[in-house]
Amino acid sequence: MPEFITELLNNHAWLMVAIKVLGVFAVVMPMVAYSVVAERRISAFIQDRVGPNRVGIPFTKIKLLGLGQPLADGLKSFLKEDFTPGHVKRVFYWMAPAVSMIPSFVVFAVIPFGSVLGAQKMVIADLNVGILFTFGIVSLGVYGVVLAGYASNSKYPFLGGIRSSAQMISYEIAMGMAVVPVFMLAADPTWREGLPAESEWNAYLDGTGLLNLSSVVAYQSDGLFSWLIFKQPIAFCIFLIAIFAETNRLPFDLPESETELVAGYNTEYSSMRFALFFMGEYAAMIAGSALMVVLFCGGWTLPIDGFNTPAQSLGMGVLHILVFIGKIAVFLGLMIWVRWMLPRFRYDQLMNIGWKRFLPLSLANIILTAIVLWATA
Amino acid sequence: METILFNIFAVLAVLSALLVVVNPLSRNPVTSAMFLVTTMISVSGLFVLLNAYFLAAVQILVYAGAVMVLFLFVIMLLDVQETARRKLRIVSLVMGFVAVGALFGVYKSSIDATYETAGQDSHALGQAEEIVDADGDVVVGSTQALGKELFSHEGGFILPFEIVSILLLVAMIGAILLSKKELR
Repeated sequence: MPEFITELLNNHAWLMVAIKVLGVFAVVMPMVAYSVVAERRISAFIQDRVGPNRVGIPFTKIKLLGLGQPLADGLKSFLKEDFTPGHVKRVFYWMAPAVSMIPSFVVFAVIPFGSVLGAQKMVIADLNVGILFTFGIVSLGVYGVVLAGYASNSKYPFLGGIRSSAQMISYEIAMGMAVVPVFMLAADPTWREGLPAESEWNAYLDGTGLLNLSSVVAYQSDGLFSWLIFKQPIAFCIFLIAIFAETNRLPFDLPESETELVAGYNTEYSSMRFALFFMGEYAAMIAGSALMVVLFCGGWTLPIDGFNTPAQSLGMGVLHILVFIGKIAVFLGLMIWVRWMLPRFRYDQLMNIGWKRFLPLSLANIILTAIVLWATA
Repeated sequence: METILFNIFAVLAVLSALLVVVNPLSRNPVTSAMFLVTTMISVSGLFVLLNAYFLAAVQILVYAGAVMVLFLFVIMLLDVQETARRKLRIVSLVMGFVAVGALFGVYKSSIDATYETAGQDSHALGQAEEIVDADGDVVVGSTQALGKELFSHEGGFILPFEIVSILLLVAMIGAILLSKKELR
């Protein structure tokens, strides 16, 4: 690297942060676009249709399996008339799409998406309270939907908004409780002594607290069966289902549910504002998958030599990021698959599952983990 | 940098707190609720500047994320209409100023007391420093230290903590009892 660039980066720490933010954004945005394409192609495959397979590179005859579709979709959203119905509450109507999109992107700030590139840790903000920050931001995600429902000032969006506020709060509790056992295991500093590359990990984790997400990744680097999906299967199931509910995906898409509420909270929105809701939903899916990968599936590590320690070279660093993206893609595929396989729950069923099944189950899981830890200590 | 951020968050917090109660443009309860959310988020920004990351995260998680959503839920379900402008009454104005003055006095005396015990000039104390205890753990801002402080028997806050949790339990049972008609 040229001298002046290194000097600039050393003198201005925020520059590196800005570069990381841009980098994450540059990866997440195309992922959002292509998960929409994946959704449409997979749904078509499941329903024995063809799906969007035409759009390729513009002005040529190259079709590329319809991979040019996001370009066309984006262009369509921008060029459509941006219609504001007369009966809406304007300020909230304008705010809602942005408010629904921002939290899903802010979550990426604390997610360790790779080990190191050079001397830089591949996480934007290595917060000591990483997991609490994530839940805080995820809990703000509900405002977009609620405000959209309220601002639209008509029946169906309003019902969607009301439903979402109750639904997201209920499932946040189960989600938060499901993660507690994960940190009961990972926040015990003694496990670091048994890691295959202890000194490297200690250098990597230097100064981070135990609620930090990187330290959860480190905990899971000790072979396949140290992944928390195997150690905490109940917590994983609850968390997975809660993520479905938090991102308003089927079988929990009651704020939208087309068959009863037209399109729910986004009924009154058109063009780019509707697209913002859409992008927010997919960004939230990616953030949720990233959380599941970090908390339960080993983050950027693989139980193979070289992939279970922080990277020593640039190439390995890039490979770690690719592993992370690959794992996210698996979960995205799962979410899309489930959407087209399961029917929607009824609203009372949704509430019953959240409060009467998952909450007691996750509490029991915490107590069980505590007993096991106490007995084996 | 920290001073700039402090000024931004402090101004945001005070301004949006004012807009919760005296908004010249709107008497809509939802607007007030949203300004309360921005107040809470800016207050959590102030917590971050004080190195209290745990408090900041919990502030957003509990207040902005859960309590305020329930507020909105209730406002929307009850369909609270825009409240009419009330005339200012001298008595309530005076009482309000007295209350604010008393609160300010309490804060002032507690801040003075902190400076005296710390034995530092006010500028040095304003800057967030890592304070380390006997074990070498970071005391200020660390979740671990907070947990130790809350849950230890000697010199800790285990008794007040348990009393507060019983209070919350009573409130919860009360809410269920009041809302369930068949239980009465």
